[in-house]
Amino acid sequence: MRPETRWAYVFVLPWLIGLVLFQLGPMLASLALSFTEYDLISSPEFAGTANYARMAQDPKVAVAIGNTVLYTALHVPLAITLALGLALMLNRIGGRGAGVFRTIFYLPSMTPYVAVGVLFLFLLNGQAGMVNQFLGLFGVEGPQWTTDPDWILPGIVLMSLWNLGSTTIILFAALRNVPAELAEAAMIDGAGAWARFRRITLPMISPALFFVVIINTIASLQMFDQVYAMFFGNQVTQQASGDSALFYVVYLFQQAFQFLHMGYASALAWVLFLVIALITLVQWKLGGRLVHYEAGERA
Amino acid sequence: MRRRPFFWMMLAAASVIFLYPFVWLVVASLKPRSHTFADPFVPWPDPFAPENYAVVWEAVPMLAWLVNTVLVGLAAALAVTLSSAFVAFGFAYFRFPGRNVIFASVLGTMMLPAAVTLVPTYLIWHAAGLTGTQVPLWAGNLFGSAFYIFLLRQFLLGVPRYVFEAARVDGATYLDLFWRIAVPLAKPALIIAFVFELKASWFDLMKPLVYLQDPSLFTLPRGLKAVVDQFYQGGDPKWELVLAASVITTLPLVVVFFAGQRYFVQGVATTGHR
Repeated sequence: MRPETRWAYVFVLPWLIGLVLFQLGPMLASLALSFTEYDLISSPEFAGTANYARMAQDPKVAVAIGNTVLYTALHVPLAITLALGLALMLNRIGGRGAGVFRTIFYLPSMTPYVAVGVLFLFLLNGQAGMVNQFLGLFGVEGPQWTTDPDWILPGIVLMSLWNLGSTTIILFAALRNVPAELAEAAMIDGAGAWARFRRITLPMISPALFFVVIINTIASLQMFDQVYAMFFGNQVTQQASGDSALFYVVYLFQQAFQFLHMGYASALAWVLFLVIALITLVQWKLGGRLVHYEAGERA
Repeated sequence: MRRRPFFWMMLAAASVIFLYPFVWLVVASLKPRSHTFADPFVPWPDPFAPENYAVVWEAVPMLAWLVNTVLVGLAAALAVTLSSAFVAFGFAYFRFPGRNVIFASVLGTMMLPAAVTLVPTYLIWHAAGLTGTQVPLWAGNLFGSAFYIFLLRQFLLGVPRYVFEAARVDGATYLDLFWRIAVPLAKPALIIAFVFELKASWFDLMKPLVYLQDPSLFTLPRGLKAVVDQFYQGGDPKWELVLAASVITTLPLVVVFFAGQRYFVQGVATTGHR
């Protein structure tokens, strides 16, 4: 081997070690574990497809999937529409002012998720929280966001919409790359504001839009920190919220580290992996048709 | 520009929505318990109760949590930045058999959900006898991270080849090329990786929940979770302590953000990292 090649492998070696030790290895191990029963104390026992069969019958899995999917279906379109609105506002301000407001919009994204969860326990408090006091100013009696099973998920969606910083910044960066000449030319041709937005801006930023749809979807399906901080790990809150805040990764976490059902948790993890891989794939296929790429942009 | 006033009203409303929860948090944390929920729209604490901070500082090992968070965060950020740069230089500078396949493995793991590897990764640290210590919170970062390797490789590909070749002619070793040329040139990208990982580490609740039992080893998010569990509910809730602990958990990161703001903004815009 040439010394140059040898050095090349020296440089990529840390990645290869990490890949085996912390990525591929654990993935394969969790696939293997998903066919066993393992409680950390006695050694794993082969269980065939029992864990997967159990998943299909576990009512909590159905609830967790339902909550997670509903949350994702509400969060992703709302978050992206609102973030696009904010990004359009930033783009219209332009210059230094845009920087100031971009900072304001991003600030909530610097709040650790546990603190966000805690803060919203207070803000969404049914009796005295700020949100309901604000609604009260208009004579609206707000719901019991943190205790009424029907309102817990909408409350969580509301909380998630406070965190639009990253999505806004990505869309704003894309908007800034839309050449002004295009809009000007269209204006001369008599195109109105909506037509310019629909026919020029939207296609030009569609790669960025597509990207934020993917990352927001993947993140939503893995929702854990805020919800766990608010509703789990504590007898009182856990009982009060019942299963209405049970998200998929929360259930996976409980199975693994509260009940030490490592095999079952691995099966849950693999199903999540397959679902996320499938969704990413479908979104790529769809995206190829819906997204407009400038020549040479799709490297 | 006909609708200017409406536009500025929308902008002001959006700003208030994003900023006011912070104001409420800080103000409420400085009020006595009996007033936590009172007058939510008055942006100053009345009555003023700064002693809440002293009380929570005494009630739980806040200082230890703060120090732990800083140390774990620095270790995690430093480890991931240096190892990712090392690997990125390998991909950017060398041509070698298998390079494309290995680089594909970098891209392939970018979307891998952390939840999938949670259980087996725990088993590895369990087998190594390191559960219950802070090591699993940062040591995985010693092997680089796909996002940062990708970012740094892109950055280094932009460095003209002759810069490296000239140094080679002058007798520089490959390690020199990495340490004396690539690292200094890639500084902006290195800072992006560093601040993002610091933030990620500061945010993390899952790993401390899984790996730490001893409260004196907790990081701030794990500590805050303990504070909520202990003081938010029950017959005698101590809301003011929960709020003060939330401020202590959040404030240092906000300061870091203002210090390194342009790196955060650039980082989000270029990598799409959350």
